[in-house]
Amino acid sequence: MEATLLRTPLYERHVALGARIVPFAGYEMPVQYEGVIPEHKAVRADAGAFDVSHMGEIHVDGPTAQEFLQSALSNDVDRLADGEAQYTLLTNDAGGIVDDLIAYRLGHGQFYLVVNASNRDAVYGWLKEREPRGCEVRDASDEYGLVAAQGPRSLERLGLDDAPAFSHAMGEIDGIEVMVARTGYTGEQGVELCCAVDDVVRLWDAILARGVMPCGLGARDTLRLEVCYPLHGNDITPETDAISAGLGWACALDTDFTGAETLRRIKEEGPARKLVPFVMEERAVPRQGMPIEGGGEVTSGTHSPMLDQGIGMGYVPVASATPESELVIDVRGKSRRARVVKKPIYRKES
Amino acid sequence: MPAAESYPDELRYHPEHDWARVDGDEATLGVTWFAQDSLGELVHYEAPEAGMTVAKDSSYGEVESVKAVSDIVAPLTGEVLEVNAKVVDAPETVNDDPYGEGWLIRIRMSDTSELDALMDADAYRAHVADQ
Repeated sequence: MEATLLRTPLYERHVALGARIVPFAGYEMPVQYEGVIPEHKAVRADAGAFDVSHMGEIHVDGPTAQEFLQSALSNDVDRLADGEAQYTLLTNDAGGIVDDLIAYRLGHGQFYLVVNASNRDAVYGWLKEREPRGCEVRDASDEYGLVAAQGPRSLERLGLDDAPAFSHAMGEIDGIEVMVARTGYTGEQGVELCCAVDDVVRLWDAILARGVMPCGLGARDTLRLEVCYPLHGNDITPETDAISAGLGWACALDTDFTGAETLRRIKEEGPARKLVPFVMEERAVPRQGMPIEGGGEVTSGTHSPMLDQGIGMGYVPVASATPESELVIDVRGKSRRARVVKKPIYRKES
Repeated sequence: MPAAESYPDELRYHPEHDWARVDGDEATLGVTWFAQDSLGELVHYEAPEAGMTVAKDSSYGEVESVKAVSDIVAPLTGEVLEVNAKVVDAPETVNDDPYGEGWLIRIRMSDTSELDALMDADAYRAHVADQ
């Protein structure tokens, strides 16, 4: 079966910039422009821009919206004030992760969810099916463009004032109206900018004109893995529960969301295995799917541009999950040693 | 700095994007500009050991970039005399200088008639143009 790939409004820009284009979550997306390593280092040292317009945006509005999201999402929506956002999970009855997302409170009874591109239909369908009276769930993904600007100089380059992490407000960049959210997927200071879909090409051009380097999905993956942000589909899936994944902090277990009871039990009994970050002790690059001796598996792996060594995350039995535990990874038939570390794998020297 | 695209005339080429520089019954092997450009900056070279035999058309090692792993295919059969330790330590050397400092192994050829099956630079350029 050959599915037609979609393109974000920035596709022509990516091609003109010489990007290498790959299929990702049903879209033709730039994996790199100049190269993964220079793009990665630009974000750690200065500022990089990512087209994330493929991500899904869902509005949940109405007098019962808050109560509904409190029952559907793992984190405590009641703690959000206007202008605040939180990382949260959509979980199934088994506590498995249907998606990880960011929920923004725009106003009383007005919420906006940014979800993974590959899970857009799943999340929308899940919420729409359970939508209560007094609440409307609406997939607005095609109405918005989304660009992330990340890095220690990103705010300065865009002329934005700093704001608390996970806050958001309306603003403008070179005359283009944007919702500025202090969120991201790189571990650096930065923003995610949401604008009307018709404005996103102008927004992208304005950001690059301010000296922000275009970055592809390749750097996005190495950046997030260095700081141990899970990737849905790799590290977390509908079959992996939030406690084993180390995402208990994003689960308000005293509230009654879907799967909460199962997660409370897993937490009480202790999970059989845990998602842990590790670094290679020998020269080798771990990759998704590689077996870990003793009954584990690598869920994400790459070469860390900052540490210049192989890094990854994987599920291992709890006995091997504590920092400094030695792991042995089967790298295409060769046993390679790795060591469990604390999160994050990479921390900026201060 | 990544090297500019080139396919030197004095080398022999294998369709899997490997080159050989022949000197008597010895040959130095590496991957072409096209191979390193397709992979991106190399971060790992899984090298064979000196004394091993590499077989024409078979993999003798791997090179990896951040995103991808690629087998390195031997263009010729022979015994490994030397592995380029510089590339083991600094795999990006291949990106900087694929036909010089970025060579991968040196072998003693078992059968010099295998050279006849390899492409010259013009034929390889045409092969790359088809990719």
